[in-house]
Amino acid sequence: MFGMLFSIRSFVAKMSPVDMRDGFLCFQTSKYKLHYYETPTGLRFVLTTDLGVGSARDALQHLYSNIYVGLGVKNPLCPLGEPVQSELFRSRLDAFVRALPF
Amino acid sequence: MSRELFVLTYGALVAQLCKDYEKDEDVNKYLDRMGYGIGIRLIEDFLARSAVRKCHSYSEIADMIAQVAFKMYLGITPSVTCINKRGNKFSLILNKNPLVDFVEELPAGRSSLCYCNLLCGVIRGALEMINLAAEVTFIQDRLKGDDVTEIGITFLRKLEDKKCKKK
Repeated sequence: MFGMLFSIRSFVAKMSPVDMRDGFLCFQTSKYKLHYYETPTGLRFVLTTDLGVGSARDALQHLYSNIYVGLGVKNPLCPLGEPVQSELFRSRLDAFVRALPF
Repeated sequence: MSRELFVLTYGALVAQLCKDYEKDEDVNKYLDRMGYGIGIRLIEDFLARSAVRKCHSYSEIADMIAQVAFKMYLGITPSVTCINKRGNKFSLILNKNPLVDFVEELPAGRSSLCYCNLLCGVIRGALEMINLAAEVTFIQDRLKGDDVTEIGITFLRKLEDKKCKKK
């Protein structure tokens, strides 16, 4: 999946006639919609949803600011660059996604 | 959290490092290393809270560090000037520095100590996480008898994009 996302992202960046602001936002197939959010530090957040969903950018941004930064980054015992092991992170993430309006 | 507690904690940290290491260079090095560890995480908090747009030049980044980041974390706004023709060396002059609120001068025998070297590490670590290699040092320091406290940031090069961070 990483290869596919990387290719789409580079493609979008090259295709953009003006300076890219947000870049690659989402794509959809006949079965699902994939939302993408990338931070300047190279973190990539991917959310797959049903086709009926609009923009999930705010949700992904909230996920980054509150859940990832709040629980992952600020926890000094949580090593960066490795899969997150924290149970609290998992449960908060789960609760957040379940509570999304779509 | 109380500002005094933060400033006193920092002072205690430096004092402990001075007890642990005889040479000023070692204390400076460890302060920088600690700052680096803070910086690589602080950048995420900064990006999440400030929601800044992408910067397109070193000068924009230097302005962002001085006017947004320093303001957000230390409540001060250093002034920024570009100090070379190439446009990759910047100087941040700190009029106030809350970290040295309770420090009048460096202790005897510690004339090379960069008391706030943690800040250099923080900036260096934060920039590295957005793929920019930089050298950050204190050019002038009021504690050492200079007129102002000045931090120099030299942007060296853009780093390669890191390999996948899967989520």
